[in-house]
Amino acid sequence: MFSSLLLVLLIGAVAWAGAAAGFASLFGAALPYAATVIFIVGMIRRMTYWATSPVPFCIPTTAGQEQSLAFIRQAKIDCPSSSAGVFARMFLEVACFRSLFRNTRASVRGRDSATAGLSIVYYSSKWLWFFALVFHYCFLLVFIRHFRFFMEPAPSCISFLESLDGIMQTGSPRFFWTGALLLIALLFLLGRRIFNERLRYISLLNDYFPLWLLIGIAGTGVCLRYFDKTDIATVKIFIMGVTHFAPVSPEGIAPLFFVHITLVCALLLYLPFSKLAHMAGVFFSPTRNLRADSRRTRRINPWNPPKQYFTYAEYEDAYRDAMAEAGLPLEKQPDKSAG
Amino acid sequence: MYNAKAVVAGIIIFVVLCTSPFWAGRTGQDYKKTGIVPPGDEKNCVENVTFMRAQHMRLLNEWRDEALRKENRTYIAADGKKWIISLQNTCLKCHSNYKDFCQKCHVANSVDPYCWTCHIIPGENK
Repeated sequence: MFSSLLLVLLIGAVAWAGAAAGFASLFGAALPYAATVIFIVGMIRRMTYWATSPVPFCIPTTAGQEQSLAFIRQAKIDCPSSSAGVFARMFLEVACFRSLFRNTRASVRGRDSATAGLSIVYYSSKWLWFFALVFHYCFLLVFIRHFRFFMEPAPSCISFLESLDGIMQTGSPRFFWTGALLLIALLFLLGRRIFNERLRYISLLNDYFPLWLLIGIAGTGVCLRYFDKTDIATVKIFIMGVTHFAPVSPEGIAPLFFVHITLVCALLLYLPFSKLAHMAGVFFSPTRNLRADSRRTRRINPWNPPKQYFTYAEYEDAYRDAMAEAGLPLEKQPDKSAG
Repeated sequence: MYNAKAVVAGIIIFVVLCTSPFWAGRTGQDYKKTGIVPPGDEKNCVENVTFMRAQHMRLLNEWRDEALRKENRTYIAADGKKWIISLQNTCLKCHSNYKDFCQKCHVANSVDPYCWTCHIIPGENK
């Protein structure tokens, strides 16, 4: 946990020192180009790798009644037997995280009067689902809000989004809920790994690192907006230069901005090679994207070699004479004239 | 590749979405200058230019709280100069052109402060 935190701090410190030492355009322009290319190429490679891997078995997760006799009601979304059902399940999984919604937590609860032993109770546990949902949607909204730096004029839908986001009209610059909720959700996801001993036991560097990285990104973003401010008109001129492939001088932009950009680039560079590739992986997951129709349609393993059949008729053809000699019953008697 | 049609469609959607910061900007104009016209011959505002550029919203917010909630109408700048806390009489005395000053950055960066729900936009008869 601490090594991943140090790693993120180190990336930030390098970016800060580099920007302060005059290499701002390296971190502000060259790195984002490289990171974007590696991100996109890396993700496409990952997706084609998944798409070329055969799925040997029909293994959809079933969480309800499979399609059966007409009078047995099927769980059409939890155990889909049609492509439409698979689509609905995938959509709800991606948009609502239904599988996390089913999360339970086992706890030992006193004595069971019936068996006189300890009784275990599985309670529904929605916290992970809730904060995961908050994190993902806030991250999406924050990403969309950043398009005010990519587009001139800033589209009215973004202004509308901002007015909703800052609806409480607190402070100046206006306080945006998504930024704070994003940080809170990330801290929950981190705290969960630290304070739940079972989870801490299985957590590794590549679980903590993306969390610290995202906390770093959201933290520097919040800092840039509310605390260590920089002139965003200059920032927009700089960013528009980068997105138009004609970078301009990053003169007059605070080093913290380049820390923010560098952490985002680190995320982009890390994403295709990490568990964060689940953003594409969920669509390739055979437990989600297959129809639960293993009893109705025969699924052929794509890597099976062609079968060598030896039918009984062929067997008899091969050993007819020997079989006749031994007195075994034959479907077709040996040709006497040939023998 | 299995399910090639769906996979290729997915990859195309992915690439289009991920490169959106690069192509979305091409739908409008480029943004190379803020185009603001600073008023008059003054070199400094209440504080120096770098501070004002980055932190003017914080100053305005503090001024509002000082004037309206604490009834304190004097502000002492970093250089020791005394200012009367008033948007209408201090700020807008120099920055009298809303269209060439405030609006230039605020519209481009989609920053919509609520100054004008109480105050009168300079140069408009409302």
